[in-house]
Amino acid sequence: MLKNKAFSRQTKQGRVIKEVREHYLRDDIYCGAPYCKSCNVSSARLSASPSTILVLDTNVVLNQIDLLENPAIDNVVVLSVVLAEVKNKNIAVYNRLRALCSNSLRKFFVFSNEYHKDTYVNAMAGESPNDRNDRAIRTAAKWYQGHLESASILLITNDRENKKKAIEEGISAETIECYVKSLGQPELLDLIVQPPSEDVNMDDVEDLRPSKRKVIYSEHKPMSEITSGLLRGLLHQGKLRVNRFNPFEAYVGSESIGDEIIIYGRANMNRAFDGDIVAVELLPQEQWHEEKSLALADEDDDEEDVHLAPNSADDAPRVMNQGQTAPEEMKPSRPTGRVVGIIKRNWHSYCGSLEPMPMPAGDGGRAQALFVSKDRRIPKIRIQTRQLGNLLDKRIVVAVDSWDRLSRYPTGHYVRTIGEIGDRDTETEVVLIENDINTRPFSAQVLACLPPLPWSVSSQDLTNPIRQDLRHLRVCSVDPPGCKDIDDALHCMPLSNGNFEVGVHIADVTNFVHPGTPLDDEASQRGTSVYLVERRIDMLPKPLTEDICSLRADVERLAFSVIWEMTPDAEIISTKYTKSVIKSCAALSYVEAQARMDDSRLVDPITSDLRNLNGLAKIMRQRRIDRGALTLASAEVKFQIDTETHDPLDIGMYQIREANQMVEEFMLAANVAVAEKILKHFPPCALLRRHPSPTKEMLEPLLRTAEAVGLSLDVTSSKALADSLDRAKGDDPYFNKLIRILATRCMTQAVYFCSGDLSPPEYLHYGLASPLYTHFTSPIRRYADVIVHRLLAASLGIYKLPGVFQDRPKLTSISDNLNYRHRNAQMASRASIELHTLIFFRKRPTDTEARIVKIRSNGFIVFVPKYGIEGPVYVTSKGDNGGEWLVDEKQQKIRKLDGSASYGVLGTVRIHMEVVEPQPNRPKLQLTLV
Amino acid sequence: MEYVNPEGLRLDGRRPMEMRQLRAEIGVLSRADGSASFEMGNTKVIAAVYGPREVQNRSQQMNDQALVRCEYSMANFSTGDRRRKTKADRRSTEISLVIHQTMEACILTHLMPRSQIDIYVQVLQADGGTRSACINAATLALADAGIPMRDLVTSCSAGYLNSTPLLDLNYLEDSAGGADVTVGILPKLDKVTLLQMDAKLPMDIFENVMQLAVEGCKAVESHIREILLENAKTLGNRRGV
Repeated sequence: MLKNKAFSRQTKQGRVIKEVREHYLRDDIYCGAPYCKSCNVSSARLSASPSTILVLDTNVVLNQIDLLENPAIDNVVVLSVVLAEVKNKNIAVYNRLRALCSNSLRKFFVFSNEYHKDTYVNAMAGESPNDRNDRAIRTAAKWYQGHLESASILLITNDRENKKKAIEEGISAETIECYVKSLGQPELLDLIVQPPSEDVNMDDVEDLRPSKRKVIYSEHKPMSEITSGLLRGLLHQGKLRVNRFNPFEAYVGSESIGDEIIIYGRANMNRAFDGDIVAVELLPQEQWHEEKSLALADEDDDEEDVHLAPNSADDAPRVMNQGQTAPEEMKPSRPTGRVVGIIKRNWHSYCGSLEPMPMPAGDGGRAQALFVSKDRRIPKIRIQTRQLGNLLDKRIVVAVDSWDRLSRYPTGHYVRTIGEIGDRDTETEVVLIENDINTRPFSAQVLACLPPLPWSVSSQDLTNPIRQDLRHLRVCSVDPPGCKDIDDALHCMPLSNGNFEVGVHIADVTNFVHPGTPLDDEASQRGTSVYLVERRIDMLPKPLTEDICSLRADVERLAFSVIWEMTPDAEIISTKYTKSVIKSCAALSYVEAQARMDDSRLVDPITSDLRNLNGLAKIMRQRRIDRGALTLASAEVKFQIDTETHDPLDIGMYQIREANQMVEEFMLAANVAVAEKILKHFPPCALLRRHPSPTKEMLEPLLRTAEAVGLSLDVTSSKALADSLDRAKGDDPYFNKLIRILATRCMTQAVYFCSGDLSPPEYLHYGLASPLYTHFTSPIRRYADVIVHRLLAASLGIYKLPGVFQDRPKLTSISDNLNYRHRNAQMASRASIELHTLIFFRKRPTDTEARIVKIRSNGFIVFVPKYGIEGPVYVTSKGDNGGEWLVDEKQQKIRKLDGSASYGVLGTVRIHMEVVEPQPNRPKLQLTLV
Repeated sequence: MEYVNPEGLRLDGRRPMEMRQLRAEIGVLSRADGSASFEMGNTKVIAAVYGPREVQNRSQQMNDQALVRCEYSMANFSTGDRRRKTKADRRSTEISLVIHQTMEACILTHLMPRSQIDIYVQVLQADGGTRSACINAATLALADAGIPMRDLVTSCSAGYLNSTPLLDLNYLEDSAGGADVTVGILPKLDKVTLLQMDAKLPMDIFENVMQLAVEGCKAVESHIREILLENAKTLGNRRGV
C-alpha cells in the first residue's frame, strides 16, 4: 500500500541546506465520483450522474474565486497541487476555496493528486516548479479522463501555454471566459475578473479621456529593494490606516521610528488600500508642512457626514493639531512620507453602489462604471458590467482585482447584488456585511448539539454534587424591557448576624456548550451577539438563548453563582462560587424595578430585597468612585419601533436609572471576584479584560476644549481626572455631562487578553480603576464569558481545563477574534442606529437644540444630545473663504463680522435637521443653523 | 501550520495511524557479536553488541548479574547541517541512559554473572524517532548476539498535532512543538518498559496517544519477529539444517 519516494528540496535559511523528505504515494485515494465502480465512494462529492467535471488550474482559482463561489459553477475537482499553490500565493483565497470544498451544498472534491501513485509527477531536470505543477494538473486531468470514461473532463485554465499543451495531450481545455459563455448566463460574465493584460476596454477609455491616459502613480519598488531598504533603515514598514473621516489622509504606524508617519493625498498613498502592509519612505523634513495645505485642495473632497456621536477614541475622527500647526511654524510637525511599495495587500470585497451615470448609448453591452464604497476609506473602483441599468439603484458587492499606474482608480469586478439603495433591509445587510457579521442560520451539526426540547431541570442535575440547590432563594432578574436572553439574576437575604447574603446568578451556558463541539466552534467564531435596532443576531441558537439558558421567571434554571456575605457597609466578608439550580421569582424591567423601589407603599419581600441591594450598590459605587473609577457618559439613544413596519416611531436618549446602576454594580463586583479567582488558579492562561490608560496625546483634544471654556482638568491619573470632572460645573445642568461625553471619547476601548501575554501591571482596567477585570456575567451573548465560566469551573475542580488553555497562541488568537468581533458588533449597532436615525428624520424635518463640540475653519461640529448624533454645520459655503464669519480656531470661537452673532465651543445653538438627497438615491442628514 | 490536511493526509502522504516504512537487516558488522541496522523511513540507525564478555573494569564486576553498558551517538553526517558535536552532550547521555534502562530490563542478566554486555548504537541518518529506532535496532542486535532476553522490546513514538493523534512522527512533525510520546513495550508480556513524553497533554488525550504508540510497538514487533525468523532460516540453511 505504501510506496516510498524520497525527493530532495532546498530551503534557504540564510544558507542552503539540502532537505530530504519522504513522500509516500498511495493507492487508496479515490476519484470522488459516486458512480465510479473501482473506487470507494463513501466520501464521494461529485454529482451523482456522469456529467462535465471541471478541473481547475491555479490561476483560475486565484483570480476567479468570486465566480467559483457562485452556485452556477459546480462539479469541480480541486487538485491538491492547486490547493498548495493557492495557499502559498494567497491565504485568503485558499481559505475561501477550503470553505467551498467543505460546503456540503457544493460539489467540490479535493483530489490529492500529489499522493496518488498514478498522478504524482517528478520534476524533470531544468523544469521550473510552475511548469511541473502545470504538468501535474494535466496528468491528473488525463488520469480522470481515463478513469471515468462516462464523464467528460474539462480542464479550465487561463494559461495559454498550459491550454495548448493540454489539447496536444488530448485533454479538453477551455478558458474560464469560454466556459462561462457556454453556460448561457450573461450575469455570470460580470463576475469574471479581466486579467490586466487582456483588458481590451482600456483602449476605449483612452479614446474618451486621452488626458487621463498618463502615469498617475509612481512605480512600486521591487521586493528586493524594499527588503534592503527596510534593513538599512531607509524605508519603514507598517500597516496603512486611512483616516475614516478624510480618505486622503493615512497613517502608517512604524515601529522603526516609533511614531506614526502621515501620508497625504492619493498620489503619496500610491495605490495602497486601508489595511495594506506598506513600505514608506520619509519625505524631506521641509516638505512636512506644505503637504498639509494641499491635502484638502488636492482632490474633490466629500463633505463630512452626520454620524452618531462617538463613544470612544476608536470611533472618533482623528484629530490633527489643526489649530496649532498653522501659526507656530517652529513646532516640529509629524513625519510625513509616501508609499513606495506594498508588502501585503488587504484587498477583499466591498459594499457600496455605482456612481450615478447616464446609461451608455448603444446595445447595452459592456459598460464601465465607477463604484463608490460605503466605507469612505476605500477609493472608487472601476468595474465593467453588462447590467448597468439593473445595478444603478442597487447596493452591490465589488471585489478589487488590480490597480495599475496608469489609472486613477483600481479595477474590480461585480460580485453580487444586495438590494435596493435606501431600503431598510438592504442597508442593514450592508451594515452586517461591512462588519463581517455572520448572519447565516445555525447549521444542522450545531443544532444537533442542543439538548432535546422541551428541556427542564432533571433530577440528575438536582442530585449532582457539584450543583447546589438554591431554589428556595428569592431570586429575581432586572433587565431592559422585552429582554429575552436573561443571563443574570440577583438575590439578597438578610442574615441573622445583621449581614447580607448577596448572590449573583449567571446562566450556566457551559453546561450546554461543551468545548470542541460544533456549537462551541460556531459560538467562538461569532464571538458575541449583535444587537441592531430592529433585530438581534444571536451567538447561540435560539432555544439556548431564549429558553434553556435564559433565567426566566418561575422556571427552574441552571446557574453559576457568586455568593458574598456582606456587611451592611457593603464590605465583603466571604466569597463563594458554585454551580446551582435557581428558580427566579420575578423577571423585572429596569422601569418596574425602579418603580417598586420608589413606591414607599410597597413592602413585599422582593421590593425590600431590591431596596437592600440598591443600598449596598450605592455604597459600592461610591467606594469605587473614591478609588478613582471614572463616571463616563455616552449619548445612547433608544428607538421606538413600529411592530409591523419596523420603522422607527420615536427616538430619545436612553435613560439611566438607579436600577440600572444597581445591577451594573453587582455585575462589576462579580466580574472582579471571578477575575481574581481565575487568575489565582491559572496565572498563564486566564482570559481578562483590560482598559489601557489614555496617553497624553489622546486627551489633548479634551484639554484644548476645556481650556477654551476656562476649565482646567487634571489628567495625571484616573482619580485626578474623575475629581476634576466632578468639579466641572457649568452654568447649565448638561454642561457636566457634555464634558464627560467628550472625555469618554478620548479613551480607547477595553480589550480582552490572555494573562500570559502581558505583565500584571498592564492588566489594569483604567475606567473602572480596578487592577483586574474580566467578563463573567453574560455568557449567553458573549463568548468571552463562556471561556471565563470554563476557567472558573476548572478552578473549582468541577471540570478539568479544556485543551485549548494549554495552547497559548490559540488562546491569544481567540482573544484577538473576540476583540475583533466585539468591535465589529459595536460598529454594526452604531451603523444600525445611524441608519434608523436617517429613516426617522426622512419624514420629520426638525428644529432642535445642539451643542458645539468643535470649531472648524468653515463652521462647527455640533452634538445633538436629544438624538445622540453629531455632524457639521457649515456657516460658509464650500470654496467661500471666510465671508462674513471670523473664525478663531485657537480660542475655539466663531463670530459674525458685524457682531450680530457669536458662538463658542460647548455653547448652545439651534439647528435645523433635514434629510436631503443631493444625488438621487443618496439621502443624507443635513444640519443647518436656524 | 497544518500537519494533517482535511483529506486526512499528513505532510508526507501518510494517514495519521500509519507508520513509516520499516526496514531491518541483521548481521551488518562481522566483528561484533551481534549487529543490526534498522530504518524507519529516513531514520537509519546501526547497533552493535559485544558480549557477554569479561568485565573490562574489574571494580564494576557484579557477582550475581551481567553488567550492561550502552552508548548512543549520532554520526556527524546524520543531520543535514554538519555540526561537530562534543562526544557526550546532554542529549546523547540522556538517550544512552534511556536505552540502557530499557535494554537492561529485558536482558536476563542473572544468567550471565561476572560478565559485561556492550551495546553501541549510532544514528546514521536522523529524521525523527531516533530513540525508538535505536531501541528496535538494539533488540535485533541483542537477538543476533544470542543474548537471552525476556521478550523482544520494541519502541515507537506517537504525537498529537492539529487535534489528531499521529503515529511515528518524522522530524518535521517532531519539531512542531506538540507532545511527543515515546513508548517501549514487551509485547508478549504486555508490559511497558519505557514511557516518555515532552510537552503536556490532557489525561484522556494522552491515553489515546499512548494507545496508538503501543499499537505501533506491536506492529514493529511483528516486523522484527519476521526478520528474525527469516534470519534464523538463512542461518539454518547455511548450516544445512
